[in-house]
Amino acid sequence: MVLAMIERDGEGVLTAASAEVLAAARDLADSLGGSVGAVAVGDPGDLPDDLVKRGVSTLHLLRHELLADSEAATVGEALAQLVAAERPVAVLAAAGDASTEAMAGAAARLGVPLATACTAIRPGIRPGQPWEVTRERAGGILLEDAELDAPIRFCTLGTGTRTPTETAAAADVTVRAFVPELDATVPRARLIERRARASGMTLATAPVVVSGGRGVGSAEGYAVLEELAGLVGGAVGCSRVATNNGWRPHADQVGLTGTRVSPDLYIACGISGATQHWVGCMNARSILAVNTDPEAPMVSRATWAVIGDVHEVLPAVVEELRRRSGG
Amino acid sequence: MDVLVCIKRVPAVGASIQLSADATAVDTRHLGFTIGPHEECAVEEAVRIADRTGGSAGVLTVGPPEADEQLRYAMSMGADHAVRVEAPVADPDPEVTAAAVVGALPDLRPYDLVLFGEASADAGHAQVGFRVAAALGRPVVGGVKGIEVDEGRVRLERHVPDGVEVHEAPLPAVAAVLEGLNLPRYPTIKGRLRAKKAPVRVLDGPAVTGGLRTLRLRHRPEARAETVVLGRGAAAAPAVADVLAELGMVR
Ligand SMILES: Cc1cc2nc3c(=O)[nH]c(=O)nc-3n(C[C@H](O)[C@H](O)[C@H](O)COP(=O)(O)OP(=O)(O)OC[C@H]3O[C@@H](n4cnc5c(N)ncnc54)[C@H](O)[C@@H]3O)c2cc1C
Ligand SMILES: Nc1ncnc2c1ncn2[C@@H]1O[C@H](COP(=O)(O)O)[C@@H](O)[C@H]1O
Repeated sequence: MVLAMIERDGEGVLTAASAEVLAAARDLADSLGGSVGAVAVGDPGDLPDDLVKRGVSTLHLLRHELLADSEAATVGEALAQLVAAERPVAVLAAAGDASTEAMAGAAARLGVPLATACTAIRPGIRPGQPWEVTRERAGGILLEDAELDAPIRFCTLGTGTRTPTETAAAADVTVRAFVPELDATVPRARLIERRARASGMTLATAPVVVSGGRGVGSAEGYAVLEELAGLVGGAVGCSRVATNNGWRPHADQVGLTGTRVSPDLYIACGISGATQHWVGCMNARSILAVNTDPEAPMVSRATWAVIGDVHEVLPAVVEELRRRSGG
Repeated sequence: MDVLVCIKRVPAVGASIQLSADATAVDTRHLGFTIGPHEECAVEEAVRIADRTGGSAGVLTVGPPEADEQLRYAMSMGADHAVRVEAPVADPDPEVTAAAVVGALPDLRPYDLVLFGEASADAGHAQVGFRVAAALGRPVVGGVKGIEVDEGRVRLERHVPDGVEVHEAPLPAVAAVLEGLNLPRYPTIKGRLRAKKAPVRVLDGPAVTGGLRTLRLRHRPEARAETVVLGRGAAAAPAVADVLAELGMVR
């Protein structure tokens, strides 16, 4: 059996990342000749109806009052017990924070490795042989082929690596509750408050990101980027130099240790294009670089470039857009 | 309160990454080294907590003697003691790193809080902190961008895709933090001089191997067309406006 740990959104709907995980689990089970089990926390909700289309034969539901808040470490403890009981050949999950943390906790308890952010999983030719995985390193600028040598293979999958598929409906999904043994006296973290993010456009979802780096020169220098972002319906981003100088809040930072963005257009103003920044914007559909240096790596990787000073180019663009819209 | 921060020496790569001849590692012959931004924020936070509570801020790395450079950097930021655990191999896998950290802890003072980065800057396994917490049987929270300690407990602000969660845990506890937790200070000259002379305690590492082994590193295939230069300076504005119109972003 291949076990897939799945998650639901606030409305109880299977997340897109989990749908990808199920598709990958199905592929793996097909090539190994086995079944797919899914594991989720809490009530079944609409899951069985959805999972039947995805070739899942058993849904394991982790049930325990200590799992009410789905504290990642506690989910990991419960998952380890289920895996020890079911002995799947592999356990897959999405590479999101909560699922990665639960997988890390479970793998640690079982004494097995965990390969995170995988883009491909290749089982060994014979049973018991090490498997090979491809995973993303350094934010995805490098790929790593690695050997995964363990009796049970724990992997998390990067999103966008697999298209979710619906297979011919299985007969039925068997739903099984699994009640882990969790010691109430063991010290645990506890969720005490949850605040939803204000709705509206975020850096991660904006169709256009106007981003500024050292070349913008000062906190005040971002006014013209704000103005352009307003005109094109986009959000403002920045490089780590801007955050470290206190010009912009860290929430605006694009890159390895900031936000990954994938807008239709990324406008990089006065940003050189260091790998740690590049991994944050390389999934943009197109890039416009504004830079005084025609040799800057961001310029050579961009779709379009303007060679010049941010504070000459952007005001002229804003003026041109206003003139064209008759405003 | 006594806080320990686990840091990793990583190459400071620039605009492109060169691989070693056998492609199993990054070619670091012409590179400097650093610690990841998440870990830099963890060090800053540890120093602030130690200052506020009259406690201590320690740093620990699992690595070769060269990694003393990163321990000293953390001490120049204000950490007051440093420990290096000998690494059994060049870039140990997360199981081995976690075992090395867990193995070293009984030799050190009891810490109230052990901080990790959410993910290391080079390998990005995103798991060492959670493994250590599981082995210690202590509470752990990841994705942390806010830490508040008071008598015997810690409040951790965890950033999730749709908002913010506040978790509370009894001490000792473990947290994996994110850049943005604070704005790390630049070391002062005085701090650097002090760190240069400070001792680094060296402990033996575990003789274990993990089940995840790097076979080779590869560059991600990149399909980019030639850059179209729209022009120079302000004169390029109409061409930029044309592109924006073509993309349907403005009228
Ligand atoms: C482990 C690690 C993680 C990191 N994570 C991130 C991250 O998440 N995000 C991130 O951004 N960085 C990150 N960095 C930092 C990264 O390596 C670079 O230092 C940073 O991205 C550089 O920012 P920059 O391009 O604004 O500055 P610079 O590299 O200094 O580039 C400035 C650019 O502006 C141009 N310029 C100057 N003046 C003007 C002007 N008047 N008009 C137009 N152009 C001008 C210059 O030609 C140059 O190309 C990380 C580094 C490390 C080691
Ligand atoms: N060699 C190491 N020595 C000390 N701490 C480490 C080491 N490797 C990783 N860590 C810590 O574990 C965190 C997560 O690393 P990783 O699981 O590799 O992504 C890092 O941010 C560090 O805080």
